[in-house]
Amino acid sequence: MNKSGIVDIELWQLMAAYAYVIVLLVIVRIMGIKREKIIVMSSIRMTLQLIIAGYILIYLFNHPSFWFLILLFLLMEGFAINNTFKRVKVPLNRELKKIIAYSLGGGTTISLMYFLLVVIGSNTWNDPRYFIPIAGMLIGNSMTGISLGINRLIDSMRTERDRIEGALMLGATPKTASKDIVNKAFDASILPTINSMLGMGIVFLPGMMTGQILSGTSPLIAIKYQIAIMLGILGSVAFTVLIFVHRAYKVFFNKDAQLLLPEETVTKE
Amino acid sequence: MESPDNEKPVFTLKEVKFNDILYIKELAITEKKTTAIVGKSGSGKTTLLKLLNKLISPDSGTIYYRDTPLEAIDSITLRREVVMMPQTPVIFEGDIRENLLIGLKFSEKELPSDDRLMNMLQVVGLDKKLDEPAHQLSGGEKQRLALARVMLMEPSVWLLDEPSSALDKDTEDEVMQKIMDFGKRNGSTIIFVTHSIPMAEKYAEEIIEIENGEIVSIKQNHHE
Repeated sequence: MNKSGIVDIELWQLMAAYAYVIVLLVIVRIMGIKREKIIVMSSIRMTLQLIIAGYILIYLFNHPSFWFLILLFLLMEGFAINNTFKRVKVPLNRELKKIIAYSLGGGTTISLMYFLLVVIGSNTWNDPRYFIPIAGMLIGNSMTGISLGINRLIDSMRTERDRIEGALMLGATPKTASKDIVNKAFDASILPTINSMLGMGIVFLPGMMTGQILSGTSPLIAIKYQIAIMLGILGSVAFTVLIFVHRAYKVFFNKDAQLLLPEETVTKE
Repeated sequence: MESPDNEKPVFTLKEVKFNDILYIKELAITEKKTTAIVGKSGSGKTTLLKLLNKLISPDSGTIYYRDTPLEAIDSITLRREVVMMPQTPVIFEGDIRENLLIGLKFSEKELPSDDRLMNMLQVVGLDKKLDEPAHQLSGGEKQRLALARVMLMEPSVWLLDEPSSALDKDTEDEVMQKIMDFGKRNGSTIIFVTHSIPMAEKYAEEIIEIENGEIVSIKQNHHE
């Protein structure tokens, strides 16, 4: 235990955590589940990513720089956008990629600014200690949300073609004809966040709060932060996906309000 | 004797080509008449209806709706006048009332009373309550519900794709006759697709036969 009362994890204790994974690998191998490689790879990757992130954070905390912070934020956004493209099951066309990029970028930036300037306080908004973890949580969750929304939207536009065309035949606008699908895509995006909120404090203690408590913060302060960040995540995911779905459905129709074939929309460059 | 208005074309097609599915050199479909499009499965009948509904556009050639090329008409405005019913009826979420009203809602038209809705269900021979879930209906009942939905919209032109394919013979006769009477009373143009030549001969005044995407015959049918 150090001076501030926080129990630091010694190297041997960290090694013990890896040993636990080795036990898992042995069990997986005995049971014939061929997932050893992915477990090893993801453990190594996670370790390297976190070590690099840790050193970057130490540097940033000791040498706060506004421009370096912006650069880091842009890198996080870029990574999230690129990761979203990869998470979608089909190749995306340029128009959809553009919509994803500005929905994710716009939704998370506005939510982050509101959160830092209004909720946390204007004096500390560019303090890396607040900026980076909050940006990470908002972007990460919005990325998961938008990925789910895209997959649902593309799937439904294919599987519910008859229903959309049936509505168009009755004089519906593309917006009205795809309203149900757009709503369901929104639901699919937001559901993990809602479920996580419903279970929070009863089924599990959220990661951020656990981290704060372990590092010696009073649970009451940790709870306040957790509530605020969850509301921020909810807002960011919802905002990002709303921007996306209300623009993306149009890609599936042409100027004559005709429903395009899948090969004419999603995959056509 | 027919009035001159009856002989005006509602749709005129010139050199219309769509993929390798349909090629129509010239065709005029008369206003306020009942026209049947007959042909085997895959002959291009549904494609023709979709072209008239501007659900798809031809690769070349021009389709005129009352002298105006379809490219110059807003698709949504057109579809609110020229309503199409697909062969497999589309049932939307909700009860029978919701499904009857949805076409009017899509078209931003005034919504009728429940009495009118019940009356329309009677016309298509559907003995159901308005608050019954629509998804539980049988195939034939869904088709009649979809017909009632189109009738409520009172469109200028009805495009019906195999409107009685899910009905048994007796119901087919009863429903088709009522649809034709209703359309006539409203001065509508009815264009229906069928694979059944006897049905075309029974209800249509004009029969267009399509084979491999091309028109092989146009017959006037004076059955009355």
